[in-house]
Amino acid sequence: MSDKIVTTELLSCSYREGRVLEDISFQVERGDYVGIVGPNGSGKSTLVKALLGLVTISKGSASLFGTPLPHFRDWYKVGYLPQSLHLVNPVFPATVHETVGLGLLSLKRFPKRLNRADNDKINTILDELGILDLEHKLIGELSGGQLQRVLLARAIVNDPELLVLDEPTAALDPETRGRFYAMIASINRSRGVTVLLVTHDSGAIGEHASKMLYLDKKILFYGSFDQFCCSHEMSSLFGEHSQHLMCHRH
Amino acid sequence: MNLLEILSYGFIQRALLAGTLIALLCSVLGVFLVLRRLSLIGDGLAHVTFGSTAIALALKMYSAMSLLVSMPIVLLASIGILKLTEKGRLSGDAAIGLVSALGISAGIILASVGGGYNVDLLSYLFGNILSIRSEEVVIAALLCVGVLLLVTFYYHELFAISFSDELAKVSGVRTSYINAILVLLTALSVVLAMKLVGIMLISSLLIVPAAAALQLARGFKVCIILAALQGCSSVVIGIIISIMSNLPASATIVMVNLLFFTVSCVIRRIIHPKNSN
Repeated sequence: MSDKIVTTELLSCSYREGRVLEDISFQVERGDYVGIVGPNGSGKSTLVKALLGLVTISKGSASLFGTPLPHFRDWYKVGYLPQSLHLVNPVFPATVHETVGLGLLSLKRFPKRLNRADNDKINTILDELGILDLEHKLIGELSGGQLQRVLLARAIVNDPELLVLDEPTAALDPETRGRFYAMIASINRSRGVTVLLVTHDSGAIGEHASKMLYLDKKILFYGSFDQFCCSHEMSSLFGEHSQHLMCHRH
Repeated sequence: MNLLEILSYGFIQRALLAGTLIALLCSVLGVFLVLRRLSLIGDGLAHVTFGSTAIALALKMYSAMSLLVSMPIVLLASIGILKLTEKGRLSGDAAIGLVSALGISAGIILASVGGGYNVDLLSYLFGNILSIRSEEVVIAALLCVGVLLLVTFYYHELFAISFSDELAKVSGVRTSYINAILVLLTALSVVLAMKLVGIMLISSLLIVPAAAALQLARGFKVCIILAALQGCSSVVIGIIISIMSNLPASATIVMVNLLFFTVSCVIRRIIHPKNSN
């Protein structure tokens, strides 16, 4: 079993406005919890979308589980949670149970059908995340925090080995946000799931992440949170005072 | 004329049977189209159908034979809309508008060159379900079975792309392939539906049952079933009212559909007053 879950080599992405990511090279090992941070427009979301094949890579390469991305077919190994507010159509008529069931499609062959065991699996994951009582609610009827948990349930119901989260807490209040990060940390530890989490909140993620990737079109830092806090590059970038504040919670 | 007497006529039985089958197709596909914000694709493809029908009539191909010309052209147009959206840096509505303009202008030019708007072409504009022939009923039945089988086989993939293209891709769903299936099935249904409600009102068969079902449905499967029930009932009720009141069938079917939509909105307001705004 490959221990290199994500590998990129000199990966670059461009939009019409110009280059968004430049020469990104890094590796994520099995069991890592990587916080991807950086200012607005630094290419954080583009990076994870490129790793999932949702954005075209203009130069360089990326591999998942040792397989180059264009040939990667084992999507059942991957769970993805995008920014929920962008995603959900408030009038979409799906129930929570149906929505979480979509996460099992990657495990199915044509014609894809969910059976009783799948329904039990959905109920188990809803129970684990404390939202079993929402099973028959429509997704448009949920609060931001509830919706976030439902989409997390959808992302992990297939027991992925890699969980990719793109600013999952943007719509949440600070308290719910803290609980969410802790929940992801627990999934990372108890299930051994490798986590890539994009966030603005470098201080809060530092409490849980095993590694930090600081991005501003290029990788400015990649290493442990302790190294991040002692890094001269970060110190010169933020100033010592800001760096101290950012690392204070750790 | 009483109801039993009306139902004893062969042309009415054919209209009811074909109409129900076509409404079933349109309302099921309509749920996916409305949720994917492709509601107006029916209008766009209907305009292409107008152009292709003008070609068929110019070639002296009438009724079921005209389908042989219309179907390939409309299928190509539907793929054109998809490709323009995927590769032409155009949004879905702009691509639909472009193909729609091409279809309607080609139809007008061909009709003009072919000696103006004759009765046949006008019947395609406004629909003439009561003139439907046995072979057209058979074609509708075969296509209905084919489309419903495909929707059943690809139900979860269609559900996934309607929910989110991005999430569907990361779940290993071949989104371009499923989108193509959805658009091609819609194209086939639109060509069949032109005889029922006419080119001008086709999109109402796709949009209104889905829009009404979205008001009441609690679950994706329930939404599809509600839309199908409403679409079929509207056709049956619409045809019967039109015959009893001597009104045009196509417009009556659409008005019954809209009445169902209004009733659904009122029921939603009563059941969920907080979520009605």
